[in-house]
Parts: sequence; structure tokens; C-alpha cells
Amino acid sequence: MSPPSATAAVAPGGSNREQSIRRTPTIGPSSNELRERLQRIWETKPGLYGWLATVDHKEIGIRYIVTAFVMLVIGGIEALIMRVQLAGPEQTLLTPQQYNMLFSTHGVTMIFLYASPILSGFSNYLWPLLFGSRDMAFPRLNALSYWIYLAAGIFMYAGVFVGAGPNDGWFNYVPYAQFRYDPGLNIDFYSLGMIFLGISTSVGAANFIVTLLRMRAPGMSINRLPIIIWGTATASFANLLIVPAVSLAFFLLWLDRQFHTQFFQVSGGGQPLLWQHLFWMFGHPWVYAIVLPAMGMVSDGLPVFCRRPLVGYAPVALATVATMLLGFGVWVHHMFATGLPGLSLAFFSAASILIAVPSAISVFSWIATIWLGRPVITAAFLFFASTIVLFVIGGVSGFMTASVPVDWELTDTYFVVAHLHYVLLGINVFPVMGATHFWFPKFTGRMMDERLGRWSFWTTFTGFNVAFLPMHLTGLWGMPRRVYTYPVEMGLGPINMVSTVGSFVLAIGFLLFFINVLRSRTRGAPAGDNPWDAYTLEWSTSSPPPPYNFAVIPTVASRHMLWEDQLGETRERSNLEEGFILDHGKEALATSALDAEPQRILHMPDDTIIPFVLAAGMLVLFSGLLVRNWPITAIGGLICAADLVAWFWPRISLLERGPAHG
Amino acid sequence: MAELATATPTPLPVGPVRDHGIGRGGMFALIASEAALFGYLLFSYYYTGASAPTPWVLEAHPALKLALPNTLILLLSSVAIWFAERATRHEERAKALIGCGIAFVLGTIFVAVQMFEWKAKAYGLAKSSYASLYYITTGFHMAHVVVGLAVLAMLFVWTGLGYFTPTRRIVFTNGSYYWHFVDAIWLAVFTTYYITPYLGFAT
Repeated sequence: MSPPSATAAVAPGGSNREQSIRRTPTIGPSSNELRERLQRIWETKPGLYGWLATVDHKEIGIRYIVTAFVMLVIGGIEALIMRVQLAGPEQTLLTPQQYNMLFSTHGVTMIFLYASPILSGFSNYLWPLLFGSRDMAFPRLNALSYWIYLAAGIFMYAGVFVGAGPNDGWFNYVPYAQFRYDPGLNIDFYSLGMIFLGISTSVGAANFIVTLLRMRAPGMSINRLPIIIWGTATASFANLLIVPAVSLAFFLLWLDRQFHTQFFQVSGGGQPLLWQHLFWMFGHPWVYAIVLPAMGMVSDGLPVFCRRPLVGYAPVALATVATMLLGFGVWVHHMFATGLPGLSLAFFSAASILIAVPSAISVFSWIATIWLGRPVITAAFLFFASTIVLFVIGGVSGFMTASVPVDWELTDTYFVVAHLHYVLLGINVFPVMGATHFWFPKFTGRMMDERLGRWSFWTTFTGFNVAFLPMHLTGLWGMPRRVYTYPVEMGLGPINMVSTVGSFVLAIGFLLFFINVLRSRTRGAPAGDNPWDAYTLEWSTSSPPPPYNFAVIPTVASRHMLWEDQLGETRERSNLEEGFILDHGKEALATSALDAEPQRILHMPDDTIIPFVLAAGMLVLFSGLLVRNWPITAIGGLICAADLVAWFWPRISLLERGPAHG
Repeated sequence: MAELATATPTPLPVGPVRDHGIGRGGMFALIASEAALFGYLLFSYYYTGASAPTPWVLEAHPALKLALPNTLILLLSSVAIWFAERATRHEERAKALIGCGIAFVLGTIFVAVQMFEWKAKAYGLAKSSYASLYYITTGFHMAHVVVGLAVLAMLFVWTGLGYFTPTRRIVFTNGSYYWHFVDAIWLAVFTTYYITPYLGFAT
């Protein structure tokens, strides 16, 4: 997009209109008077309406993070109940049916309701601050994506609470998920809930992509983006393209169950493997979508504590993208045991093994950063650095199962359980806990307690490894996953007891972590703007940041905006004191996609309840579909339709329509 | 001595101007995601068809008597909205209303004919995997047409209210992109369901 030339755009009628269409923004320093004016323009009104109507990315980000952590706790409690059941052979705490629902719900909760939303939360909060921007590209869409996430979570958990949670594993294979074998509402709750949640993920992804391309401070060209931006952006491009696969799969399954279609029914010429293809075309790229942003947290956080820039910025950025590109071509490695042709297995096996290369680039870069730096051992550092250890263990077991013959031995055993937990906790949960320690001062203006932080780190780290390292062996010894118990003769009692003990230690570690968060929120030491002496733009504004983030838009001259004097890489310095003053209303700056040249002054939408109402309308709609009550469905649909008309109604305040008529 | 980077103060457009604005990226993202959805639908058709025992398609020679003219009708509606969008650029409100109205009517005809096609089929949704795919894929498309018709209706109303000027018209332009997408994706659906059986796919 090039800026329109000066006169070509102007309609007959003249220079008056030209005045309102183009403006040369004033450049100047920040002042108290400016800050007060911006505060009035940007702040959310107090009270219930303001709470429901806010479109502030920071508020939305915090809500995402809090909701996702609640989900982590719920999913964790489910895991503990399962570990009690498995602590010894032939226990009867849970019936097989209860166990099925519990392990399925645990997976769904952790993967869909925790792992992805927690990263959306951090990214929502951090992106505009990292970009030197005032908000995301589409603030209302941002609010919508949170409200849908919350509504879809409530929808799915409503199923769990009435005893109809998912009970066919998180990947929900047919034919078991078909009505004939699973006639309750369990799979219907899950199917419709996933379609619902998919809308949240998709609109969120679209928002991140446009924000990436348009909302950066002048000078923040793509070679100056923090790695977490690369991670979330890559994940968002993928999400936009893969979420439709799983939404479609669940929709077709729901039709098979409720309207006797034949998509996955062999008797009607359907293809059960179609489910697995659609699910894993989504599922495997998704796995990268829920780790790449977290790897970005490590790549951006570790250098701060090592007191030097990340080693190998460009290779790490490219490896992030390469991982995802390869990730699109590996879905069949989840299907090695389904009897597909050997040539296809060979191809997907090779692609899966190849992914070790970009993964190793990140790992070596982190090791080199620690090696060449002067590490300051904080709780955040420990969490970030432990990622390296856990990722290597999870990576090696993944590399092993990428080989077809090995996978045939290990598939559906506890070895795979060990692998996926090393990967998901190792490069999602541990980085997120590190990120919480790291960015908590920015969120709240207060530091988390360092001593308690270290206690929580060592407890989680020890507990996690005691719980999951032995599971490799449990799997090699032949214990199948997803079975509610095991006979005494298998001799698996002691090793399972070790895992159970470890899981409780892990839970205590989480407990310490959450105690630390809650206590530090009110009682932590005051943080100041930049307590870690970090280098990116979010640390140049106050903690917590004002609603408008930056009074003047910064101009960026390097990748390490706040370390330029120490590093002395170039003569030029980022300008954080003076910049565009955009205060003619709720204004933000759009820049060009590659070089971040100023391109447009944006008028941002005010707080509005429209996204909340849309999410509520969708909840009514999906509830109607669930119980096949067409009047309720229609009411939900009408609420959504009316709401969308209101949403898109051209507004003068957003300059979507000409003032001359109307 | 270090020097400070400065952004040069040049005149910048304020808000969306003509078809440039931040909303355009949002529309393109929506279209990309929707295109992926149809990609997976068509993948389901080809994958199921290729792996099922033949004959899998229920009609080896799908009747083109209605489907082909209907395809042309949908394409013409794209031309009509293009004409309307062009008129909006030149502040010719009457022409814009006519174009938008014609697109709406043609789109409605498309839906009616498609409904008639469904009614005339000898098989229902539950007959076989082919039947299920046929109805759901064309149904998905029809749902998109219906949403597109609602968009056209709103564009008609807003044009009638005189909201759009040659510079402030991004809503109209984005709406027309959506309609073009709905029309273009039909070509993929049409080719898959009406043409490939003639080429011998799964017959």
C-alpha cells in the first residue's frame, strides 16, 4: 500500500475535504498536559459497562492470562485425580467411563483452553507495547476473541459438569466418537464447543497478522522485531489457515451424529481416516502454534538475564518460520499405525526428522547466549533456561517417534505421554512461568518475590521430572496410555507410584507460583519502568503502562532500543522522548509492512459492548444447536446478525463515511 | 556522537482513504481463512472419492442444464457489484444503487435455483458419503451467498443513505471483495462437483 498521492484522491469540492483527509502530525516531546489529554481519551470508564465494553489490549491480555491460568489449575486437578487412580495397580477410585472423560477433558483443557489462550494473553498484552503502538489493529475484534474464548470454555465445561464432557481423547477418533458408540451429548458438547472456540482463535489470528503488518513504530523494520513477535506471527498465519480444518472436521462429525450424514461412516462409503487427516492437518501445525510464541519468550527473556543480545537473531527468526513451514507437512506422523502406504510414511517421517534442524537452531542459540553472556540467576532465568533441558529431552523422544518402526513400537504407550508432556510443559508451561516472572512488574508495577520464585521453580522442575521422566520407561515396558488401570502382574506399580508422587510435587510447585503471583500483586516491591534493565520498548513506558501506552510514538533505530548506548552498534539512537503526537481523538499510527515507514493516522474505536453481545449471541446459537432447539438457535442467530450490522455500520468517528451527507 | 532517529513529518492520510485502510487487511485475512475452509471441504471430496470403491459419485454425468447458467448468473452478479463499486468511486449514487440491486437480485436467483436443484435430486443427505459431501459443500457455499446477500443489502441501504464518498468508501469496497470471493469460490465448487465426474473422477 502506498500512500495515495496528494490530489488524485480528492473529490470535487475541494481543499476543505483535503484538509480532513490528510494531516501532517506534529512532532514533539511528551508533556503532562498531553498525557492528561490522552488519558481522558483512552481510559476505560469505571463500572460494569466499562468492564464489559473495554477494548484495551492490556485489559484483554490480562483477562486471557487469568482465565487460561484458571484452566491450567482445573486441568491440573484432573491430572492429579488420574494420578491417584494410577498410583497402584487395579485401583477403583474411578470407573473406566469416568477415567475416559477425565483424560479427555484434561487434554482438551490443557491444549485448547490453556496452552493457546495463555500465549494469546501474553501476546495481546505485549504486542502493542513491543511495537511502540497504542493498541492492536482491531481492538473490538480483540475483545470479541476473548469473550468467545470465555463463552466457549464455559460451554465445554457445562458439558463436563453435567457429566457429558469429551470422552474419546482430545483427538476424538471416529468411529468411537460416532453416535452409535457414544450416544450421550459428550461429543456434541465437544464438537460444537470446538467450532465455537475456533472462531476466537481465527479472529485473534487475523488481528495479530494485521497488527504485525501495520501497527509498528516508525523504524521497526522486520529485522528489528523481537522473537516473540516472530513466534506469535508465525503461529497466527498458521492458525488462520489450519483452524478451519478442525472446525470442519467437528462440524462433519456433529452432522454424522445428529443428521445421519455419512462422512466418516464406512457403511455409507465414508472414510474414517478423513477425520484423522483433517484433525492432524490442523493438529500438528497447532502444536507449533502453541510452542513457537513461548520459544519467543525464551529468546527475548534469556538475553536480558544474560546481559547480552541473543546469539543468532536471524537464524532463530528464520528457524521459527521454517519450523512452521515444515510443520504443515508432518501431520501423517500421527497416523503411522493406520496402514497408509510406505512411501507416504517415508515422506512424513523424513519431514518430521527434518524439524529437528530448526528446533536445534533455537536451542543452540539459547545455549550460546548463556555461554557468552554473564547470566544473572533469577527465577525467570531458571524457568527460561530449564526450557532448554526439557525441550532437548522432549525433542529427542519426538525425533525417535518420527522414525516409523520406532513409532510402531511406541505408539499409544506412556512413552508418547512422556514425550508430549516434555514438549508442552517444557516449551509452553515453563517459558510461560518465566514470562510471568519477567513481565509481572510491567503488568502490575510490582516485582514477584524472588525467593519464593526460586522455590517454586525447583519444586516444579523436580516434580515434573520425577513425574514424567520415568514414564518413558513405563511406556517402553509396555503400559498403554488411556487405560484406567493395569494388572498387578505387569509389575508397573512402583514406577507409577513414582510418577504420582512427582505429579503432587509438581502441583505444590504450581501452588507456590500462584501464591507468589497473588501476594506480589499487592505486596511486591515497587518495580519502576525497567526493573531488569531490559532492551525492548515495553520497558520504556511506565509500569503498569497508561491506557494509551506511549504519549509520543517512539522512533526505532535498532533491535535493542534501550541498550543502544551500551552496545554502541550504530551511531543512530532510537528516539523515545520525541515523536508523533497523535491526540486529535483516539489516534494511532499505521506504518508500512517491511520498513515501518509512517503510512496513515488511524482513528481507533471507542469502548463498546458490541463484541460482548456478539459472543453472547453465539453462545445462545450454539446452545440451541446442541439441544437441537431451532427457535433458540434462530434467536441466537438474529442477535448475532443484528450485532454485526451494528458493528459494521459506517461511523463518522472511524472516518468510514463522508460527513457531507448522512 | 550519537544522533537521534527522527520520523519525518509528512502529510499522512487520516483514516481509511479510498480502498486503503486497515480494514482491508482484515477482509483479506477473512477471505484467506474462508478459502482454506473450502480447500478442506474439497480435499474431503477428493480424498474420500479417491479412496472409496468406484463408482462413488452418484451421478456420473451431473446435469449442467441449471448449474451452468446459474454459474453465469453468479459471475454476472460479480460484474454488477464491480460496476456499483466503480460508481461509488465516482460518487454516482444512482448507478451504485442499481449495480448493488442487480447483484442482490442475481444472487437471490442463484440461491433459488440452487434450492431447486437440491429438491430435484433423487437422493438425500444421508444416502452416501458422496451425497453428504455434495449437500454440505454446496450448502456451505450457499450459506456464504446468503451472508453475502445480507452484506449487499446493507451496502444498498448505506449507499441509499448517502454514506459513501469517493474517499470514504472502504466499507463498500471491502463488502464487494467478499462478494467477489463468494463468486470465485463457487467456480472451485462447481468444477469439483459438476465437471470432475465427466473427467472420470470416482465414477
